Amino acid sequence: MDHLIGALIGAPLLGAGVLLVGGRRLDRVGHWIGCLLAAASFALGAALFVHMLGRPTGQRTLTSHLFSWVPVGGFRADVAFQLDQLSMTFVLLITGVGTLIHIYSVGYMAHDENRRRFFGYLNLFLAAMLLLVLADNYLLLYVGWEGVGLASYLLIGFWQHKPSAATAAKKAFIVNRVGDMGLSIAIMVLFTTFGTFSFAPVFSHATSASQAKLTVVGLLLLLGACGKSAQVPLQSWLGDAMEGPTPVSALIHAATMVTAGVYLVTRSGAVFNAAPTAQLAVCVVGAVTLMFGAIVGCAKDDIKKALAGSTMSQIGYMMLAAGLGPIGYVFAIMHLVTHGFFKAGLFLGAGSVMHAMNDEVDMRRYGGLRKYMPITYVTFGLGYLAIIGFPGLSGFWSKDKIIEAAFAKGGTEGWILGGVALLGAGITAYYMTRVMVMTFFGEPRWQPAPDPDEVPSVEPGIEVHPGELPHPHESPKSMTIPMVVLAVGSVLAGGLFSINSAFLKWLEPVTGHSEGHSPVSTWEVTAATLVVLAVGAALAWAQYGRAPVPVTAPRGSLLTRAARRDLLQDDFNHVVLVRGGEHLTRSLVYLDHSLVDGAVNGTAASVGGLSARLRQVQNGYVRSYAVSMLGGTAVVVAATLLMRAV
Amino acid sequence: MAFPLLTVTAAVPAVGAIATAAVPAGRRTAAKWLALGFSLATLVLAAVDAARFTPGGARYQLTESHAWIADFGVRYELGVDGIAVVLVLLAAVLVPFVMLAGWHDADVLDGHTPNRNWRPTQGFFALILLVEAMVVISFESTDVFLFYIFFEAMLIPMYFLIGGFGDRAGAKGEDEQAKQRSYAAVKFLLYNLVGGLIMLAAVIGLYAVTAHQLGGHGTFSLPQILQARASGQLRLSTTAERWIFLGFFFAFAVKAPLWPLHTWLPNAMGESTAPVAVLLTAVVDKVGTFAMLRYCIQLFPEASKWATPVILVLSVIGIIYGALLAVGQRDIKRLIAYASISHFGFIILGIFAMTSQGQGGATLYMVNHGISTAALLLVAGFLITRRGSRLISDFGGVQKVAPLLAGTFLVGGLATLSLPGLAPFVSEFLVLVGTFSRYPAAGVVATLGIVLAALYVLVLYQRTMTGPVKAGIEGMKDLKARELAVVAPLIALLVFLGVYPKPVTDLINPAVKDTLSDVHRTDPAPQINASLTAAAKETAK
Amino acid sequence: MNPINYLYLSALLFTIGGAGVLIRRNAIIVFMCVELMLNACNLAFVTFARLHGNLDGQIFAFFTMVVAAAEVVVGLAIIVTFFRSRHSASVDDASLMKL
Repeated sequence: MDHLIGALIGAPLLGAGVLLVGGRRLDRVGHWIGCLLAAASFALGAALFVHMLGRPTGQRTLTSHLFSWVPVGGFRADVAFQLDQLSMTFVLLITGVGTLIHIYSVGYMAHDENRRRFFGYLNLFLAAMLLLVLADNYLLLYVGWEGVGLASYLLIGFWQHKPSAATAAKKAFIVNRVGDMGLSIAIMVLFTTFGTFSFAPVFSHATSASQAKLTVVGLLLLLGACGKSAQVPLQSWLGDAMEGPTPVSALIHAATMVTAGVYLVTRSGAVFNAAPTAQLAVCVVGAVTLMFGAIVGCAKDDIKKALAGSTMSQIGYMMLAAGLGPIGYVFAIMHLVTHGFFKAGLFLGAGSVMHAMNDEVDMRRYGGLRKYMPITYVTFGLGYLAIIGFPGLSGFWSKDKIIEAAFAKGGTEGWILGGVALLGAGITAYYMTRVMVMTFFGEPRWQPAPDPDEVPSVEPGIEVHPGELPHPHESPKSMTIPMVVLAVGSVLAGGLFSINSAFLKWLEPVTGHSEGHSPVSTWEVTAATLVVLAVGAALAWAQYGRAPVPVTAPRGSLLTRAARRDLLQDDFNHVVLVRGGEHLTRSLVYLDHSLVDGAVNGTAASVGGLSARLRQVQNGYVRSYAVSMLGGTAVVVAATLLMRAV
Repeated sequence: MAFPLLTVTAAVPAVGAIATAAVPAGRRTAAKWLALGFSLATLVLAAVDAARFTPGGARYQLTESHAWIADFGVRYELGVDGIAVVLVLLAAVLVPFVMLAGWHDADVLDGHTPNRNWRPTQGFFALILLVEAMVVISFESTDVFLFYIFFEAMLIPMYFLIGGFGDRAGAKGEDEQAKQRSYAAVKFLLYNLVGGLIMLAAVIGLYAVTAHQLGGHGTFSLPQILQARASGQLRLSTTAERWIFLGFFFAFAVKAPLWPLHTWLPNAMGESTAPVAVLLTAVVDKVGTFAMLRYCIQLFPEASKWATPVILVLSVIGIIYGALLAVGQRDIKRLIAYASISHFGFIILGIFAMTSQGQGGATLYMVNHGISTAALLLVAGFLITRRGSRLISDFGGVQKVAPLLAGTFLVGGLATLSLPGLAPFVSEFLVLVGTFSRYPAAGVVATLGIVLAALYVLVLYQRTMTGPVKAGIEGMKDLKARELAVVAPLIALLVFLGVYPKPVTDLINPAVKDTLSDVHRTDPAPQINASLTAAAKETAK
Repeated sequence: MNPINYLYLSALLFTIGGAGVLIRRNAIIVFMCVELMLNACNLAFVTFARLHGNLDGQIFAFFTMVVAAAEVVVGLAIIVTFFRSRHSASVDDASLMKL
């Protein structure tokens, strides 16, 4: 069985290779090849899962060593995989949600001429993401890490002819590279400290390293996690990444890739556990992002960007939990899985709505869609209830546990983190209710489709008749079935995981678990959460449900305006980094020409100038040559005489 | 006497050059095929060299040694270590692609004059083969003087390739272009001649010192000098060693090029055609970094250590500076040239970090940089030829009309930014780890280079390939079969060496180990040797 | 008579010749001045031969005469050719060598 781990990655990798190299002749069947291989990977994952369940708890880790990759001196990087319970959880999530989204994309991308390439990229993403979670050492993890970055780049920029998409893709890659830099330096520190960067030896020796070193490693890993998981301060790319096709947003920028940072922190638990400062930093980053994303999510009118803000905020929850150490790891991963279900479902729902509304993304131009799109309405609604933590649904089980764990950290920190998490739950309820109400309830506020010559279509392949009002309709089966499956997951997953603490027992051997000492009881937390939730939802209802929603956004308060601009982060980046960088490169280009090159050219010019002076002597008059001969002779004679005299 | 394999490997392209040059004026196509045939024969020979080489065996293998100028102790001595054999193979692999990519580059010059002996195509291919022969023999030589001669002599064919067969895609008129071209060619020549001149002084100095100390004739033979030093017969005084080292290093730093001696490269690469630029940066310049590793470090270990801090600072500056300037370029080829300067910074950084990861990574980097630059630059060349301009602003939306061209360009670009899975990642990471383990600060600053690399590559891709289709791009043809035959194998190589670099590292590792033992350097030991204890546990089981 | 006086004469003639070469522009006159300098040297050679009592100086005087004769042949030919092309015998007109 162990050797099948490679095949898990191999199947989608093969798909990517075939689809991308195969060319146009595969256009007709390409999407089915993609789906088939994604499904094969899922089936394989499921088989391995069953196999794993059959083994005793302590021996569930499967390993597979393929070949020695880079052996140079003491540096040994192998292509070797490790499938334990944590990886297994991810494998099932990635391949499961991945397969559903492949199927959804068959319908969603039906009219795109480059559908084959799209599936090639999706398969590439699956392979890279699986590599990320299956690697048994940091360097191989890094390969997967950058691999998903590449897939994300290719998919965000899938509609390359749109300048905004191309810019967003580039931005995502470069911001991620900043994080990757942290990860790669972390690997270097690990290598110089431990002489290896394989998980097993590093973790088993983590406690013998100095705390300063571990803190450095932890902070660097956190930088990497911030890039990939869109955490403050490297979160700016996620909103723009919504330029990609909606299935991409669902798979990569909601369910899987962006959670890689949480995986990294959880996987490196042994390092973080021994470095409390780094842990606290993780918590702080998580808490800040949680609020940041929630505030941004409240202000956005673009449905996908509102959901992106929500994603950011939910990952903030996971980071916060992961930063809590053994108290939180399990709940971070549990929230990650349930979030994978409901957020993917929400994004697919958003895609379905956009499909029906002439690619309109502005929620102020939706309204009253529940009658026209019943399946989308129900599935989206279930996802909505799950994310806000409605009792009994997935989010309730996972998010409450995180809030509880935050309080359980103890001390002032515990109170602050717990308070932020609790407040975040209220804001989540607010912005999600806002999305829900603006889209499905109220009066229709539909606008005639814009002239495609003026405004390039956001998603191609949909017939747009300029000037006509949209005709909302339910999406085809290939799109609704994945939505239904994900909705079922959003409803049931949390509850199933919590029966008899099944999820906790499953993951505990890998991540460890401790209860902590909560100053507040479980019931108090739950009650408080429900109150906050109700207040948030009620506020949103009062604001958007009872009063009519204006089609053009009102100016709004200072905070709203700032939140619409992603709390001015982009402006900051633009002024400080982009402008500053431009000035720097421009002045360097100038200096290279004038100073470095100038020094050399200057030397050449001065030699030239000197020779120009010297050649004046060569005036061509015989007389002057004769004089110089005479002078020369006189000097020689004089010198000879002088020498003799001395 | 054993078969002189190394001599033959270098002689085949040289003979090919003469044969190609002798092809009559009307038989242009025949000359091309002839030259390609000779370059492929060289490739086969280089592969045989590599196959005959036993990693971990004698330090220099396949050796040949004959007296040449006996009065001055100059010998015709050839021999390869793992590093040299890999680089010979690199040169031999790249030249056929250079020829295929430049298949029609000299055609425009044909028929410009009624002179019946006017044979630009023959000349172009003969010069390429000549450069190859000289590069190969520089890699193979183990005699300092022999090396010096070919190190200098290869400037001559390169000069004509840059100045005579330059890029005709500039925006300005024919005259202005010719002026720019000759400026670039002369600049290239002068820079390298100055470096070579200083090296000549150092070579003579080395001879004088050996003659003085060993009694009788001095020697230029690398193995002899190493042996004499190991046995204590030869002791260079600190001052002498430093001066001679500097003489050598300056020449190699110009060739490599190291900041701030780099300004000739963007001119030379910008003005020459893409295949010639590949020949220059991917093949010829590697002689500079190779020579640093072989001559500077092996001959002058103490001086190398003495100069290390300065060199590290310069190479780190080069990495960041090259990358920043690449971001600011408006010309595709100059952008790639500055990217190369950044990459050469990595190579030199790795060499002087004096760790097995650093030097092994640097050697691997030479190979990978050669392949990745070739892939990127040759595709860029196809692009430039189609549009007739090399300004980034003249492009836009190419992916819509020529998706294959855009795709291969992206792969080349991704290799340049060291994406894991493609070859350059392995070497770049090795260099960084190797540097970091001894000089953490240099390692961290150099790592900034990977962010900047992403910036210049992706900005270039975005501006040229994405967005709406620009005027002048509409009818652009996608890659032709010949062009695909150039790009596809290079990409395949990039992927293969990215996933499985072991065949190359196995060749390199023993040579790097020898070099490090010359300098008396060992890798810094990790604070906690987790890998050893883990291995011990394995065996205990 | 004291032979030293011949040397004074020789020096005088040489100086006159040198000054003529430097000052005059007519090629023929310059040429004659060169001849004058050569003959001054000849005079000095002969004088030294007499002073030292051997024939070396006289032999050298013959060499000088031969060289001078050869020089006249070449030099006059150049001057004539130059005069034909430039219609001038001024040495200043032959200044094409300057850059």
